[in-house]
Amino acid sequence: MTPLSDHVLPAGVPPPTAHHFIDLHQQEEAEKLGMWTFLITEVMFFGALFTAYVVYRNMYPEAFMLASSKLDWKLGGLNTLVLIVSSLTMAMAIRGAQTAKRGVMLWNIVFTMILGAVFLVVKYFEYMSKWEHHLMPGPSFDVEAFGAWGPQARIFFSIYFAMTGLHAFHMVVGLGIMTWVFLKARKGHFTPQRYVGIEISGLYWHFVDLVWIFLFPMLYLLGAHTTGLGH
Amino acid sequence: MSTHTHTPHVLPLRVYWGVFTVLVFGTLITVWSATKDLGALNMPIALAIAVTKAAFVILYFMHVKYSTKLTWLFVMAGFLWFIIMVVITMADYTSRTWL
Repeated sequence: MTPLSDHVLPAGVPPPTAHHFIDLHQQEEAEKLGMWTFLITEVMFFGALFTAYVVYRNMYPEAFMLASSKLDWKLGGLNTLVLIVSSLTMAMAIRGAQTAKRGVMLWNIVFTMILGAVFLVVKYFEYMSKWEHHLMPGPSFDVEAFGAWGPQARIFFSIYFAMTGLHAFHMVVGLGIMTWVFLKARKGHFTPQRYVGIEISGLYWHFVDLVWIFLFPMLYLLGAHTTGLGH
Repeated sequence: MSTHTHTPHVLPLRVYWGVFTVLVFGTLITVWSATKDLGALNMPIALAIAVTKAAFVILYFMHVKYSTKLTWLFVMAGFLWFIIMVVITMADYTSRTWL
């Protein structure tokens, strides 16, 4: 057994090192690697959809340009910036845990959650607008709006809703994780000696931001050079 | 490993603000370049900016730059797998009409 006396912990917090690890450092490396392993499965999960996108965009480049220009690039761009700021606040929250700055940590978790919620609200208005303009794939889809490219434009919107929908679901899960992180942080569970919980939650949050970094240009900006940005 | 004293690797604030600036500028350049008709170049430019932004997030926000070799291996394996899938799939689709 490894002595834990050099890790000063508040009363009531269980010893951090499980018996099958040599020390806390090895345990934390295992914890971080575990989260990365999960994120690799996420790369595969989203990767299948990215591949579908590449295949169909390559088949129907004109239809994808036309369909993409129906998306509101301003809202997509706004959400890109919202997520970038949320990644910054997430990184600051972890830094707050590392440097034992409780206020910095808690407030940045709150900011991150607010920005995540703003993202979802913007997404809600975008989805509603697509619904009203009959751009939701299904019986009410306005095939006529795309001239000869109706069915192919519908493929674009199927991919759009599948990818952004899966991404938005990840944001909802992220908000749940951040609620857990906030409650743990408020109870003082994250210290400079032991903050891996908020650190790996941050890995998840940054990953969701990463996916959007690719989704934004792929989905929103394909038609910008033909139709301009005159929405 | 057992002699490791546990002190967190704290990055200076300017690193985080620097990455943030890169990400915002990357987004602005992405939008700006998308409005120009560059023919076949539009897609690679947008992709190059997105990959650059992603690299900054992974290396600094996700601390991979300061992580173990094993973490590097896992991260690279994940993205390499994705690239293999896209390349081989597209090799199939684009060559079907050649026969």
